[in-house]
Amino acid sequence: MTATDALWKLSLAEVARRIRAKDVSAEEATRACLARVAAVEARVHSFIHLDGEAAISAARAIDARLATGDEVGPLAGVPIALKDVLAAEGTATTCGSKILEPFVSPYDATCVARLKRAGAVSLGKLNMDEFAMGSTTEHSAFGPTRNPWSLDHVPGGSSGGSAAAVAAGECFATLGSDTGGSIRQPASFCGVVGIKPTYGRVSRFGLVAFASSLDQIGPLARSVEDTALMLEVIAGHDPRDATSLDVPTARWTDEVGKGVKGLRLGIPKEAFGEGLDPEVGAAVRASIERLAGEGAEIVDVELPHTPYAVATYYVLAPAEASSNLARYDGVRYGLRAGQDGSLVDMYKRTRSAGFGDEVKRRILIGTYVLSAGYYDAYYRKAQQVRTLVRRDYEKAFERCDALVMPVAPEPPFKIGEATGDPLRLYLSDVLTIGVNLAGLPGISVPCGASKAGLPIGLQIVGPPLREDTLFRVAGAWEGVSGWKNRVAPLDGSSAGGAA
Amino acid sequence: MSRNDQWETVIGLEVHAQLKTATKLFCSCSTRFGEAPNSNTCPVCSGYPGVLPVLNGSAVEYALRAALALGCEIPPMSRFARKNYFYPDLPKGYQISQYELPLAVHGHLEIPSGDGTKRVGITRVHMEEDAGKLVHAEGASSLVDLNRAGTPLVEIVSEPDIRSAAEAADYVRTLRSILTYAEVCDGNMAEGSLRCDANVSVRPRGSTTFGTRAEIKNMNSFKFIEKAINYEIERQIELIEDGGKVVQETRLFDSRTGRTESMRSKEEAHDYRYFPEPDLPPLVLTPARVAEVRASLPELPDARRKRFADDLGLPTYDARVLTETRELADYFEDVVKAGAAPKAASNWVMGEVLRGLKGEAPAPSDLKWPPRYVADLIAMVEAGTISGSVAKTVIAEGLESGQAPAEIVKAKGLSQISDDSALFAEVDAVIAANPGEVEKYRAGKEALLGFFVGQVMKRTGGKANPKRLNEIVRDKLKAP
Repeated sequence: MTATDALWKLSLAEVARRIRAKDVSAEEATRACLARVAAVEARVHSFIHLDGEAAISAARAIDARLATGDEVGPLAGVPIALKDVLAAEGTATTCGSKILEPFVSPYDATCVARLKRAGAVSLGKLNMDEFAMGSTTEHSAFGPTRNPWSLDHVPGGSSGGSAAAVAAGECFATLGSDTGGSIRQPASFCGVVGIKPTYGRVSRFGLVAFASSLDQIGPLARSVEDTALMLEVIAGHDPRDATSLDVPTARWTDEVGKGVKGLRLGIPKEAFGEGLDPEVGAAVRASIERLAGEGAEIVDVELPHTPYAVATYYVLAPAEASSNLARYDGVRYGLRAGQDGSLVDMYKRTRSAGFGDEVKRRILIGTYVLSAGYYDAYYRKAQQVRTLVRRDYEKAFERCDALVMPVAPEPPFKIGEATGDPLRLYLSDVLTIGVNLAGLPGISVPCGASKAGLPIGLQIVGPPLREDTLFRVAGAWEGVSGWKNRVAPLDGSSAGGAA
Repeated sequence: MSRNDQWETVIGLEVHAQLKTATKLFCSCSTRFGEAPNSNTCPVCSGYPGVLPVLNGSAVEYALRAALALGCEIPPMSRFARKNYFYPDLPKGYQISQYELPLAVHGHLEIPSGDGTKRVGITRVHMEEDAGKLVHAEGASSLVDLNRAGTPLVEIVSEPDIRSAAEAADYVRTLRSILTYAEVCDGNMAEGSLRCDANVSVRPRGSTTFGTRAEIKNMNSFKFIEKAINYEIERQIELIEDGGKVVQETRLFDSRTGRTESMRSKEEAHDYRYFPEPDLPPLVLTPARVAEVRASLPELPDARRKRFADDLGLPTYDARVLTETRELADYFEDVVKAGAAPKAASNWVMGEVLRGLKGEAPAPSDLKWPPRYVADLIAMVEAGTISGSVAKTVIAEGLESGQAPAEIVKAKGLSQISDDSALFAEVDAVIAANPGEVEKYRAGKEALLGFFVGQVMKRTGGKANPKRLNEIVRDKLKAP
């Protein structure tokens, strides 16, 4: 293995340091990642669009600026990739859907513009469940992504491509989006770090909306520090998003090494109840004990409305989605199926051909719960329960600085295992959904593996805008866990190998 | 017993007024009318994937001005909501409007009624974005123009306080006047800046419950508002008297036939699936902000009309006509400020100036003649420099050319001839030319005096000072 070949295994922080120090060029780093993509992509299928040429020319531009001594950003020359739900000027933005297959975005999402300004080099757009609806990345119109640790398992979803690309070593970090767990659950399934920031922390401008009151963009990477570095770049107020919070950002990378001494960690009893896989439960409990050993105080807390969170979410999110997806009508952009017949015929043909089953299912649910005569029973009631869920967390945070619990109740599913059982998949969101309903920050860090070698994730949830606490706890755990910077080998051997 | 004695009409109006902000409600595209199709568009107002709305602060201020000018209460918080329906001119598949919590409630305005006024309640005023426009091309295809999509509107909903088509037209006229005074809407009905839908029902006189209503759309002038509503009232009464029932439906007015036609029934009505707009936080207006906007409102038509009548001594009718638009009232006041007596100024502004406005200049600001010239003209008439009829010629000329009255009078030689020697010569010539009439006059037919005066006026092009001329003619005819 030459030095260049091994580049893709480095941490983001390290490769950024070497590029800035001109030990390696941005082009070398980019070519290393592209070579890794060439080696593994046929098996993993993280990408919907890969644009190696554009990446290399962007990397060369960074190298040229470095050569002239220009000021470059903190991510100068670092290869990254974007979930295909983010608008990037001049590139296809499909959202994993046939209905947007022909669509090219005329503008950059705010987070994409910030990454570009920071010098990051995008390799392309990553696979996802169609319109971010799903938790396996099997609901993509462009075929499923596979879990790099075990190719017959799902990578989680909906940001499955974002998690798999990082786990497979195809790039150093990615962006995903999280509406009910879509960053944290695939991070957990793929053994990487992923954070869903506080609602409003990262601008949603350019994030194709699924459920606007729940959606939030966040980074995925192979270490807590790399994740913090990415968040530092993309976070911050944006006048183009009226829900973005006008609050200062922080040097979150500084939190990673601070340790947990003096922090009170709450363990919600509802997160360890029925339906929790024993291996997942054991791994999470072990990491909590270890954190206690590092000086954290452990307290028991309750989130009594947790059993209602899934039902609440599956009223509110489809309601918003049914409205957000109305614009895909074949009139202005994207797919238009046929020219014959009436306007209504054109709508029906286009939306029937363009949307997959899961998206149609949620549009139907959402349309129903907003209909005259049902609004009060469903939508309004769900909004009221959402308030109760939020209060649960507020009460819990009176007693602790952060909550620690599993991300998903089960290890990754086998491909095809759960696609015919949407209810089972919906219920598997139970531990992540409440965090979106309450608008809180949550992070997933690897905390072990099942006997079958499948990654298990630990979830840390904080009060609004306390990403600093999440990075402290996640960094402390990562420091003692040995689960840092692991790349799935994809060398034909079975899952579970460490870098 | 006539129908009018048996039936009472109940009308409530929904008026959409376009706010004249420079940019759209949720993006920075221009709101200019009449540009090339789809030139004033961006990813936000075209509903591209991933875009978000950002509320235009000046649209909020304009809407607030409108609401306060209509005497509304402003709740501390209002909220935007999505109104969902599919149509090609609606790029997002929903319109951002306000639903459960509107910007303003409980307002009112006064419409003319006999010598006094009648109060019509305003239920609510809310903000919303306009849709685009479909342009029907050749064959079966239609083209979409999104220039208007996202233009800020206020929807003003009246109480069902209106009782006739004429009152409905008066309501819209009054509303337009208030909105233009408050400088929030240009009031142009032909361009669609002001649009009106009417909910019309009839009930037996004396009944306290409402009849079933029909909603009438597509009335884009005052004339059509009256025509459409009158047609609809007759239609409903005839239907009921023939044993039928009015059905709740939306009807479209056809200006060519003068009839309303069913557009969609209640069953076919959209279920708009309103829900709070998650992309926009609630709109919070502090009492201080509301007070600031209230303080910035100009004198409104009601107050101005009262002042014209009470302080300037104008008749009620004059005060009402002159205050219909703020520009006309300003023009009139400027004539008075330039020294003209109020009643004389009113006569000239309501007569000749308004006549001039019917031509190519629809607004007083488009007139080439400043108010000062009107005051100068009035002064010239009062000083006897020109006669009233010559003054009319001068103003007609001036509205065309923009020349000052003194210049016109000088250039055209329109000054009155008050110089006796010049008048003597003209009178002598007329007497010499009409010996027969002179004889009859002298024989006692004094009514012929007017004939001689008229002949002299003809010869002088109307410039002879009529008072002096009369004296001279009488003198000359006396002496043989």
